[in-house]
Amino acid sequence: MDGLVMKAGGWLVLALLALGMAAVAVDTPFAVHMCIVAIACLAALWFTISRANYDGIARGIPKTSANPSMYDDDPVRWGVIATLFWGVAGMAAGLYVALQLAFPALNLGLEYTTFGRLRPLHTSAVIFAFGGNALIATSFYVVQRTCRARLAFPALARFVFWGYQLFIVLAATGYLMGVTEGKEYAEPEWYVDLWLTIVWVSYLAVFVGTIVKRTEPHIYVANWFYLSFILTVAMLHLVNNLSMPASLFGSKSYSAFAGVQDALTQWWYGHNAVGFFLTAGFLAMMYYFVPKQAERPVYSYRLSIIHFWSLIFLYIWAGPHHLHYTALPDWAQTLGMVFSVMLWMPSWGGMINGLMTLNGAWDKIRTDPIIRMMVMALAFYGMSTFEGPMMSIKWVNSMSHYTDWTIGHVHSGALGWNGMITFACVYYLAPRLWSRPRLYSLRMVNWHFWLATVGIVFYAASMWVAGIMQGLMWREYGSDGYLVYSFAESVAAMHPMYLIRATGGLLYLAGFIIMIVNVWATLARKVRDELPMTETPYNAAADRPLVPAE
Amino acid sequence: MTYDTARHFADSLGLVVMAILFLGLVAWPFRKGARRRNEEAAHMIFKEDDHG
Amino acid sequence: MATQPAEKGFSHKRLERNVSLLGLLALVTVTIGGIVEIAPLFWIDNTIEKVDGMRPYTPLELAGRNIYIREGCYVCHSQMIRPFRDEVERYGHYSLSAESMYDHPFQWGSKRTGPDLARVGGRYSDEWHRAHLVDPRSVVPESIMPPYAFLAQHDLQPRDMRTDLTALSRVGVPYSKEEIAAANDDLKAQADPASDASALQKRYPKAQARDYDGDPTRITEMDALIAYLQMLGTLVDVDKANPQEQAHAAATSVEKAQ
Repeated sequence: MDGLVMKAGGWLVLALLALGMAAVAVDTPFAVHMCIVAIACLAALWFTISRANYDGIARGIPKTSANPSMYDDDPVRWGVIATLFWGVAGMAAGLYVALQLAFPALNLGLEYTTFGRLRPLHTSAVIFAFGGNALIATSFYVVQRTCRARLAFPALARFVFWGYQLFIVLAATGYLMGVTEGKEYAEPEWYVDLWLTIVWVSYLAVFVGTIVKRTEPHIYVANWFYLSFILTVAMLHLVNNLSMPASLFGSKSYSAFAGVQDALTQWWYGHNAVGFFLTAGFLAMMYYFVPKQAERPVYSYRLSIIHFWSLIFLYIWAGPHHLHYTALPDWAQTLGMVFSVMLWMPSWGGMINGLMTLNGAWDKIRTDPIIRMMVMALAFYGMSTFEGPMMSIKWVNSMSHYTDWTIGHVHSGALGWNGMITFACVYYLAPRLWSRPRLYSLRMVNWHFWLATVGIVFYAASMWVAGIMQGLMWREYGSDGYLVYSFAESVAAMHPMYLIRATGGLLYLAGFIIMIVNVWATLARKVRDELPMTETPYNAAADRPLVPAE
Repeated sequence: MTYDTARHFADSLGLVVMAILFLGLVAWPFRKGARRRNEEAAHMIFKEDDHG
Repeated sequence: MATQPAEKGFSHKRLERNVSLLGLLALVTVTIGGIVEIAPLFWIDNTIEKVDGMRPYTPLELAGRNIYIREGCYVCHSQMIRPFRDEVERYGHYSLSAESMYDHPFQWGSKRTGPDLARVGGRYSDEWHRAHLVDPRSVVPESIMPPYAFLAQHDLQPRDMRTDLTALSRVGVPYSKEEIAAANDDLKAQADPASDASALQKRYPKAQARDYDGDPTRITEMDALIAYLQMLGTLVDVDKANPQEQAHAAATSVEKAQ
């Protein structure tokens, strides 16, 4: 009973503390955020009280522990649902801001719905909410299976999940209210950053704790990637977000670095958010789920060792290619370019390792739409990791930088690689986590696959054209020696491209909604009555020896 | 250390040392003795194929 | 699993079985690049060339800059002119690193959905900025910028600018004690045409003091944002900076020769 009182009391004190902070806040957004924190604490309080085992307490029976013969999959199940929820929210926000660029009236004249505030909402929602939940959920799933051990610190694992959702809510509501540090992909303000640090250290503790209590002597390669992802993101987050709050009761803070130093620190962070959040973490997913779905071991384990070390070593250098021809010293730009080009090799090493896992089972691409998604994810990974090094060459970058080509590049990586591999993992996980015989419908997976693929093609192709057009229009000189186009003319020329891009986004989102329906129906124990994806071409009547007539 | 000495080192001996180190590290996992262990490791995720 | 005899010497197998070692080595591996690239920027003296004219932002400009950040202007506008003929012709002299030396955070941007703003100061009138921010398409029909009419309706938050200047001075911006103490008065003096701006201009050379938003009775967010936009790129006389750079280069080459 004492434990329960302590716990409930603790939540109450925290809620009151947050309300106190809200009362003395120097700006409205900070007060709103503290109220959200207070509500979260009160929700935890209610949960603690309503779920307590009063019967057990009354009879002096200690807390019953969960079944040790089962994996601890609750946080994984929640994570899969959160992935779907934030995914649809983030992608809908993306579609909305894409339409704003085609039809500016959609900004609605409200301060909360301008492109400038919604764009960070979109990027953070898809990267950190959709991608982050997928990473946390799959890492908890994979680390238990590969270690043959239950999650260490189960209560902490639940804290990681809910704490991360609180981080997302604070970040997202902050963007709407204009709370931002003004550094791309690191927009949340100082107190939200501190909260994420606490959650992230807990995440590391759960993950490493599970590895420590493993019963398998070997640490499987997927876990190396997850581990480096968690550690590196912690380092990047801490350094890039160093800042000085103007007031301890206000939302505004000033970056610890200025100008050129701040720029390089930011892009060291920004590029490695791609490198470790969106690459290393998702490669971990690939190294577990692709072999499992293909029912074949990974193509080459030694290649994966080389892949791992060279990828994490090289990625961290590539940041300066975001600052070519800027006021950043030339030597740093050159280093960034050289390492970015070298990065092509480990990236393709990883792609080959994933694709060749299917060696001898290529027919599964035809029969298994989940495998097909994985293969398409790896193909897009290969494509964007070729495009990236190419765009980091200074000569190419002089034209591509500041244009929509960059936007196309990140989306072929994000939609093609991160999106597709996540969808495949969700399809793999849904029937297994909820003990359903199979997915509701494989044909709907196929529909999802094609909608997503066509959507990406629309998106990437229109942004290539848009980017190259911008690059060329901005630098075009007439025979009279003057610039031919005003900036406004280049904006007007983008309109059809922005429309095609939005169409691509709509198709991709439509595929995502089909997935939600499919997973929902699977959880509801429905099985769609449908023809199998392939019929074995077999004609029993024809399959006979010729008997000569007598 | 000034920028110039750093640059000189990077352009000469440092480059050679880094290249050799890199090749050595790449060759390392291809040692003969590692084969059986790597195969075992690659197969370990299939040992538990009894879950739902 | 059949355990194998331990191999002699160091092998990858040890890493594959020891999570602390694996984590430590991975962390060391990912630290190297950052240290080699970022750390020198803080101690190599030619990262930021010295130019005359740079000064910290006035309180009103800083408040405007904070609105610029709040509204996410940096997601569509860069503040970094690259040294190409077309950019220099379109936007002005290429950006010098010294020009963002007091920018916490930097706002170089990464995308030009709209044009670069590094030297937009003084290019358009206050009236143009006001009309453009209220309804961008009234002055640029092709524009796809969101309207920011609400800025003219919001009073500039009655926040204590002294705390902002203090925070900035803690991270290295050379605001004097006097400047911090006078922050709130300086803010009013710069936006109110009736007040005396000489003390402000003594503290902040080239500071422009006037009513920016067309409504002298109040200080709005529009005042602050336009004040910020109108000072962008105006502090450094880049034509003077050029010979300075050359002189600096000559001086260093003489040092080398000796």
